[in-house]
Amino acid sequence: MFLLTLILVPLVAGVLLSLLGNDKLPSQRIALIVSIAVFIASLGLLGNFGLDQSTTLNWIPALNIHFSLAADGLSKLMIVLTTLLVPFIIATGNSQNKNNHVLYGLILMMQTGLLGVFTASDGFLFYVFWELALIPIYFIAAFWSKDQNRINITLKFFIYTIFGSLFMLVAIIYLGLKGDSFSIEAIYATGKALPAATQSWVFWCLFIAFAIKMPIFPFHTWQPNTYVASSTQGTMLLSGIMLKMGIYGCMRWLLPVVPLGVKEWQTLVIVLCVIGIVYTSLIAMVQTDIKRMTAYSSIAHVGLIAAGIFAQTPEGMMGASLQMLAHGINVVALFYIVALIARRTGTRTMADLGGIAQQAPKFATLFMVVMLGTIALPLTNGFVGEFLLLSAVFSFSGVAMAFAGLTIIFGAIYMINAYRAVMYGELNPISSKFTDLTTAELMVLAPLATLVIVLGVYPSPVIHLVEPALKGLLGV
Amino acid sequence: MNNLIVLIPLLPLLGFIINGIGNKKLSNGVISTIASGAIFGSFVISVVLFFTLRHSFEQAPIVVHLFNWIDFGNFHVPMAFQLDALSSLMLLIITGVGFLIHIFSTGYMSHETDFARYFAYLNLFCFSMLMLVLANNFLVMFIGWEGVGLCSYLLIGFWFTNKEYTAAARKAFVMNRIGDLAFIGALFMMYQNFGSLEYEQVFKVARTFSVDSHTMTIITVLLFIGATGKSAQIPLYTWLPDAMAGPTPVSALIHAATMVTAGIFMIVRSHVLFNLAPWTMDLIAVVGVLTAIVAAAIAITQNDIKKVLAYSTVSQLGFMFLALGLGAYSAAMFHVMTHAFFKALLFLGSGSVIHACSGNQDIRTMGGLKKHMPITHATFLVGCLAIAGIPFFSGFFSKDEILAFAFDQQPILWIVAAITAGLTAFYMFRLYFLTFRGTFRGTHEQEYHLHESPVSMTVPLIILAILASLAGFLGLPHVMGHNILEHFLSVNGNVLNLSSGAEVALMVVSVSIATIGIFIAYYLYVKRSMVPEADATPKAMTYRWSQNKFYVDELYDYLILKPIHFISKIMYSGIELLGIDALVNGSGNMVTGTGNTIKYLQYGKTSYYLFAMIIFIVVILFSLFI
Repeated sequence: MFLLTLILVPLVAGVLLSLLGNDKLPSQRIALIVSIAVFIASLGLLGNFGLDQSTTLNWIPALNIHFSLAADGLSKLMIVLTTLLVPFIIATGNSQNKNNHVLYGLILMMQTGLLGVFTASDGFLFYVFWELALIPIYFIAAFWSKDQNRINITLKFFIYTIFGSLFMLVAIIYLGLKGDSFSIEAIYATGKALPAATQSWVFWCLFIAFAIKMPIFPFHTWQPNTYVASSTQGTMLLSGIMLKMGIYGCMRWLLPVVPLGVKEWQTLVIVLCVIGIVYTSLIAMVQTDIKRMTAYSSIAHVGLIAAGIFAQTPEGMMGASLQMLAHGINVVALFYIVALIARRTGTRTMADLGGIAQQAPKFATLFMVVMLGTIALPLTNGFVGEFLLLSAVFSFSGVAMAFAGLTIIFGAIYMINAYRAVMYGELNPISSKFTDLTTAELMVLAPLATLVIVLGVYPSPVIHLVEPALKGLLGV
Repeated sequence: MNNLIVLIPLLPLLGFIINGIGNKKLSNGVISTIASGAIFGSFVISVVLFFTLRHSFEQAPIVVHLFNWIDFGNFHVPMAFQLDALSSLMLLIITGVGFLIHIFSTGYMSHETDFARYFAYLNLFCFSMLMLVLANNFLVMFIGWEGVGLCSYLLIGFWFTNKEYTAAARKAFVMNRIGDLAFIGALFMMYQNFGSLEYEQVFKVARTFSVDSHTMTIITVLLFIGATGKSAQIPLYTWLPDAMAGPTPVSALIHAATMVTAGIFMIVRSHVLFNLAPWTMDLIAVVGVLTAIVAAAIAITQNDIKKVLAYSTVSQLGFMFLALGLGAYSAAMFHVMTHAFFKALLFLGSGSVIHACSGNQDIRTMGGLKKHMPITHATFLVGCLAIAGIPFFSGFFSKDEILAFAFDQQPILWIVAAITAGLTAFYMFRLYFLTFRGTFRGTHEQEYHLHESPVSMTVPLIILAILASLAGFLGLPHVMGHNILEHFLSVNGNVLNLSSGAEVALMVVSVSIATIGIFIAYYLYVKRSMVPEADATPKAMTYRWSQNKFYVDELYDYLILKPIHFISKIMYSGIELLGIDALVNGSGNMVTGTGNTIKYLQYGKTSYYLFAMIIFIVVILFSLFI
């Protein structure tokens, strides 16, 4: 029951907080304490403490649907990624927002949705959690943002992703009914036994949902607008954790389900990913808004992860796992950095800023570390993952790797340009409003930056955590 | 004993951490003591290890395994170091010259407010460079390889309020990364073909491949492209002259003595692969000699003291690549070493000059510094004699060895290299005469400020001058005695098949060429007291081309940068906004049948209806099953 409790605690806390709370309550602090407790508890899964790793309850016996959860190495990585980032995301918020109790309640509810997605071992349950995670994020992104177009934009995001996941639902129902069980083992068995032509369309039904979520080119156009228009916390939840649902979905609910379908469409998917990497990197280079630039850079990074997965090699799967963790940490830190700049100076236009490094040395150092992680310098968390992913793409095709590898160059260009525009040069009246980090801000950014280095120097624990699980998924 | 190896990179890393965190709280004295002490510690350990272990290098390299960095399935990359003849030579150069430059910096940077940041970066650089040479596999080498690039970026842009400097830093980093992409490609090919990235395993399997096989050619070409980025060779050399934006001691350490020689080190390290790829070797020789002559042809018309030295560095690196291409690995390393001494000396000397001239770098407004700065003058002259190849200064031996190999294998290469050597003598003595001889051409105010530099700066100059004079005796040509360095390195390359008579004749020729170069410089700038004209005066076309660096930067701008920017713009405003996104919105409209959803959505309420609808559908779907 440990796993079940871990997943349900945030939901219960979240519901209580939003229903019973009011503006006088220190909601942010309460949510922070809950999320830190959940994080500490989740670490219990990593050690050998005899805690149960799976739970199965009867749910809808008529259709053989179970409420079953299980955590192998990959799931544990995703759990820790989620429970680690949520406290940071909560801490970055404003403690004086109106209706804060609803906001933080929603964030906790969403955490349950995310944890459910990463542990569900029943197809139908997976779908339920998948949608459960979406509803809170819609409200978080739309209603705690100050952007004028937030309603239109977040609604487009909502409709678009729902549209994708309905296809997934069709595929899951089909597989579940056909095999008379929705359990993951049954779905694997049913899927594998399907003739190639059937696997092909099942592949597309599942893939569309995951591709929109990540997003993969050309299903990505909701993403930059949504990231830019959302509240900072919404953007962090979306980019840091939620997009990993798509990646995780591919690894757990696509590759092993329809191997023939994957084989059939592998080339097309990798080509789309590689086009996306180059295309979004180029677009990132001409952005003037640092938040939008970060959004496009995220698409490029995710494109490489997807390409690595579809290369279907041990290096690709390992690279994807490491990179999900690294990307989560880096992108949350980056969006926090963007938010700090916007809050202090009132602008996100890079050309209006400059010279902040002399004003705020601590901020400059931590921004630099995060930037190095993002451009995957060796000994930062971004490197090992990116290296393994590129090596997987290489083993698929040298030409594909040559193009995907351009991210090494373009990524350096747009990140260094952004850093240079914001941090270097002379101070101007706008940028001189920037003061160095407060202790509270330092408490968020410094641990994230530390993780950038630690995971880059010593990724072994993560590698050993996920290795056995990945073997299973690749069918090795 | 062997575990002491770990301390060599670790000490500068600790120095970086202490100075990086201590920053504003520490006094300048403490900061420089920590930084210089750290690198001095590494130097002492390097020397001790060299003397105790040098005989065991012949049997097998000494490997120290720290931990498994990446380890799963068939993919094993340990964090491990390897000490052998090649890496110990590099260790001595890096820590020795590095220490002297740290000392020099305490004087040179003493007026700087950001003293701690400077020394932290300098230590971080030493750490990265030491990782690079100590690695026992290609991926750990890549840590150092990218790390030195980062430090170079940080130090070129050290004065970051200046946008031009940070642009130069960016250019250096990006050009390095272009090379790095090729380098990574080579690593993937090695992993695929040899099943490992560890030197020993890679070379063992590689030896089973036939000469000139496609695999070997592609791997070596990719590695070489990586080297052109790091070591500033055609076509990726244009960042190095711009890198002079950094503080001068940085130019001496990173952009002359150590980092830029990483490409040469890497090729010597993987010589087993290159020996199997004759086609690549020819390519390297040609690129090397072309870079040498092009850079020399630019150097002869530059008026910025550091720019002359920068192009000279590019040109000398070209000589080293020529040596590599000829299979003269030991000669290349010999030149790496002597060049580290004399070019660090020249850069530090120029730093001393710039320090005296309050930041002025234009040699047209210098002159007559000899009487104001006797030590700087004398040591700079030693550097000039060494690089020009005057017997028995160090450059004479190392350059002549390369020229002898060229003559032996491909006389055309020898002719080009010999002409380059003549140009080198000319531009170095042009620089020397314009700076130190004649009379001072600046203002009285400036002249009043001229002074010899403090002891912290002159002592490193003197030590480097001694090294630049004597280091050549480690690699005597066969007619004169024993080549200690070649014997020590014992890298398996080509051997020289020249008779003693031919060797002596070649020396006479190259010394004559150098003397002619010096004489022309003397005639123009001392005898006729010529001073290069102001930039605006019209000049002959060839002169203009040289002075404008053959317009290569402009060419890259028009052929690469502008088109990429243009394409990016088109992609964003054309394809992304008007294409894909419009298509998505359009299909959305078709599905909802409103024809113009966006318009409706702008009426707040509609969006809520739509949202409610979706929620409703989801609930229905759920309830159907529950």
